[in-house]
Amino acid sequence: MDFFNNNILSIITFWPLAGMLVLLLIPKGSTTLIKWWANLVVLSGFLVSLPLWFSFNFDDPQMQKVVNVPWIQTLGANYHVGVDGISLLLIMLTTLIGPLAVLSSWDAIQVRVKEYYAFMLLLQAGMLGVFISLDFFMFYVFWEVMLVPMYFLIGVWGGPRKLYAAIKFFLYTLVGSVLMLLGILALYFQYPSIAAAHSDISQAFGPGPTFDVLALHAIGPYLPFNLQFWVFLAFFVGFAIKVPMFPFHTWLPDAHVEAPTAGSVILAAVLLKMGTYGFLRFSIPILPAATVYFVPMMVTLAIIAIIYGALVAMMQPDMKKLVAYSSVSHMGFVMLGMFALNPNGLNGSIIQQINHGISTGALFLIVGIIYERRHTREIAQLGGLSNVMPAYAVVFLIMTMSSIGLPLLNGFIGEFTIMAGALQKNLWWAVAGGAGIVLGAAYMLWLYQRTMFGKLDNPANQHLKDMNWREWATLIPLIIMAFWIGLYPAPFFRALDKPVNKLVSTIQAVPPGAPQAAREVR
Amino acid sequence: MDQFFQSSDLGVIGAELELALFGMIVLVFDLLVKNKRVLGYITLVGLAWSGYFLIKLYNVLDAPAYGGMLRLDPFAWFFKALFLVAAALAVAISIRYLDIEHENHGEYYALILFATMGMMFMVGAMDLVTLYIGLETMAIATYVLVGFLRSNPRSNEASLKYFLLGAFSSGILLYGFSLLYGIAGSTRFVIISDALEQRSLSDPLSLMALGAVCAGMFFKIAAVPFHQWTPDAYEGAPTSITAYMSVAVKAASFAMIVKLFLIALAPLQPHWLIIMSAVSALTMTVGNIAAITQSNVKRLLAYSSISHAGYILLGLIANNQTGLIAIPIYLLVYTFTNLGAWAIVVALRRKDVIGEHIDEMSGLFFRHPVAAILMLIFLLSLAGIPPTAGFIGKYFLFAAVIQSGHNVLAVIAVLNAAISMYFYLRIVVAMFMQDATEKTGLDLAPGVLAVMAIALVFTLWIGLYPDPFIAMARHAVGF
Repeated sequence: MDFFNNNILSIITFWPLAGMLVLLLIPKGSTTLIKWWANLVVLSGFLVSLPLWFSFNFDDPQMQKVVNVPWIQTLGANYHVGVDGISLLLIMLTTLIGPLAVLSSWDAIQVRVKEYYAFMLLLQAGMLGVFISLDFFMFYVFWEVMLVPMYFLIGVWGGPRKLYAAIKFFLYTLVGSVLMLLGILALYFQYPSIAAAHSDISQAFGPGPTFDVLALHAIGPYLPFNLQFWVFLAFFVGFAIKVPMFPFHTWLPDAHVEAPTAGSVILAAVLLKMGTYGFLRFSIPILPAATVYFVPMMVTLAIIAIIYGALVAMMQPDMKKLVAYSSVSHMGFVMLGMFALNPNGLNGSIIQQINHGISTGALFLIVGIIYERRHTREIAQLGGLSNVMPAYAVVFLIMTMSSIGLPLLNGFIGEFTIMAGALQKNLWWAVAGGAGIVLGAAYMLWLYQRTMFGKLDNPANQHLKDMNWREWATLIPLIIMAFWIGLYPAPFFRALDKPVNKLVSTIQAVPPGAPQAAREVR
Repeated sequence: MDQFFQSSDLGVIGAELELALFGMIVLVFDLLVKNKRVLGYITLVGLAWSGYFLIKLYNVLDAPAYGGMLRLDPFAWFFKALFLVAAALAVAISIRYLDIEHENHGEYYALILFATMGMMFMVGAMDLVTLYIGLETMAIATYVLVGFLRSNPRSNEASLKYFLLGAFSSGILLYGFSLLYGIAGSTRFVIISDALEQRSLSDPLSLMALGAVCAGMFFKIAAVPFHQWTPDAYEGAPTSITAYMSVAVKAASFAMIVKLFLIALAPLQPHWLIIMSAVSALTMTVGNIAAITQSNVKRLLAYSSISHAGYILLGLIANNQTGLIAIPIYLLVYTFTNLGAWAIVVALRRKDVIGEHIDEMSGLFFRHPVAAILMLIFLLSLAGIPPTAGFIGKYFLFAAVIQSGHNVLAVIAVLNAAISMYFYLRIVVAMFMQDATEKTGLDLAPGVLAVMAIALVFTLWIGLYPDPFIAMARHAVGF
């Protein structure tokens, strides 16, 4: 048991990978067995991850469940894993969304079943690896590894323009991540000189160049501003493309629309979080001075994303594209809260990431349900569905409300906290955010009205079946989570308390005006 | 001065002599045996035996021979071993291929052995004359090999083009060498270096020599703007020879560049750094962009190999420890990965199917899933996606330029790495996302399978646990 407890992070991450290797042994023809096996693997993967939540010490500000063993010694890259409250929540989100996405594919995927599930499991392992890594080299490996299965999921099982969408997704992310790699390397080579000047750091992490994220956190305050400036930009490109922030968001609608339902769910619920996680884990703590310096730019882009994403969403004739653009808007909120850089903003930002995973993931599932029945997602083709699919209409309503931030549901908690954080910083930020909420309510309610209410005048819609047990099973966990966070968010905030305080104190340690002064000297 | 020839010198070139011997044996056996495949096996035995000689010399740290004309050091050892491996893998993929082309002759194997021997002399050379003789031994054997498909007009054309341009560039290179000799009064690298040190940096004679040597060298590694011969030669040559050229000839040329520029031309570094930076940026970019529009797999991989030459130059430009380690590491990685990819292209050639067009790979996954997945891994490695070996190679190059502060070049390089993904993905799309046609299929001969397996093992091994290989590369460059 001790072994399990100490290595739980590795077990969670490599569980789907091991499952995939076994899956490869199953003959291609036995699709039912393959489906059962894949579901079993991800579901048990979720169960395996539960002890992580229960054994997590919420009062410990340090990384927990740390395993640190040498990997590529000549480079100073280690197999270093650990979690704090932020990564804990994202890991739990990933292990929860994984089984739901896999289960939702049961009927939707009819061709090349074996490869599909193999890629799903590989993707799951890659995403978890990103969240557990505390070594930049290892992080980068997982970050890139995960591109390949996602590329195939879109490119093979996607819609009519799948090849275009898949390659766009791949290239966008790749451009961002290779630039991020340069930033990582710059920090890697900078470390020894700073460690040499600060004996406490060199004692803790050694004198040589290192990819250890904790070591880089330690040198963060001492990094020269000029370096921080450029590294921040390099990281910004990598992470902002992933989030996606305006103006790097254009891959997202294509990828979302063309991806199969499960792909969209994972893309929205987990993949986008890797970008925001990158800002939280790397940009802010390692580059505090540059973070402060770039706040105006980041907030401006976030606000543009909120408003622009919402306006574009409103005009979409395709349900899935609408939800995709709503993601741009919601992720704008996440970035706004994050770069308010105060406890409320950061807490709200992280909670909102989880909320977005839940509600947008659910919305994609909901769109997928109707697509499986009608093979169209055009809003004009639908209408009055609540007459034939009442249960579906209820679930859709709950998730619409969750998405627009109705009290009692999760979205409210996140948006409220973000707004509180933004207001503490600047009234106008909050005003812009508020406008985004109003617009969000408008496009979501309008979507709901056009698809669910009204006359059922399209004959093709008249005999649609309501949700089956499998579809219920994919959505009930998300509904429970939406109400849980909406009614009793305390455990989540408690998980975030320590790591957020740590981030805030890092930022507060930046002397006011220092970045500007440094710029002028340069 | 010592006696010029000492019997102990023979030990240093044992591996080379043995290759020459086996080359002759193959030629003799060519007259005796009907089944030419036997010659391929003899060649493999010869390469293995040469490798045995080489392994015994592993611990030699510095062994000058022939009065300093040649030197065996860890650097030369590493590259000699690499050439032997590349030659063996190339021979392994040739045997069935030559049968299909109806051109299975003993000369083919003998020429590969002679070319390999030439490379081994090149990398051991400490003297311009030795270097040049090694280079020409390699080049002339390669000219013939490129034109080996006698009845195929494309192969003849490729050979002629390659020969004319190659001879021309060798002439320019030789002119540069003669200027260096004029400056130094000697052909030894070390003496040339000392002589250049004495002259001012802007001395026109040294600049002319540098310019001529650079032009010749850039031709040999197919760097822009001297790359035009590459796609034609690579496309027309027998595929197995293209594979051999793209790894072994390239590695040999880079080994030569490293020695020449870091020893003989070291005093002119401020000049050649600028030239190389421009050439590297251009080579990467032109190679990648031109590759995007290719629909012939051989041409596509030819342009990709051009761009890889641009990346490797980064190691020299960075001119630091990381960069020096990067060159052998990258060439090692590239040898395995690229030969793996080429092995599959070789297998595309079957009776009645030329198997060069990208469409002829479409739906490959449905016919040969394992081969398609292997090809995917090799392509990802060529693009530098972890956890494949290609990433480790690119990591070292990028790290080297970041460490030396060439930030703009680093950005150009990584953006190129992203662009390259685009055309590698075109092959992936064909293999995995298009339906199979009647032309889709592979002729998986045992030799091809063996090469694919070896390439896979090393591509993943270097990608996941590169420590032993990094240690080897460090040993090679003396850190």
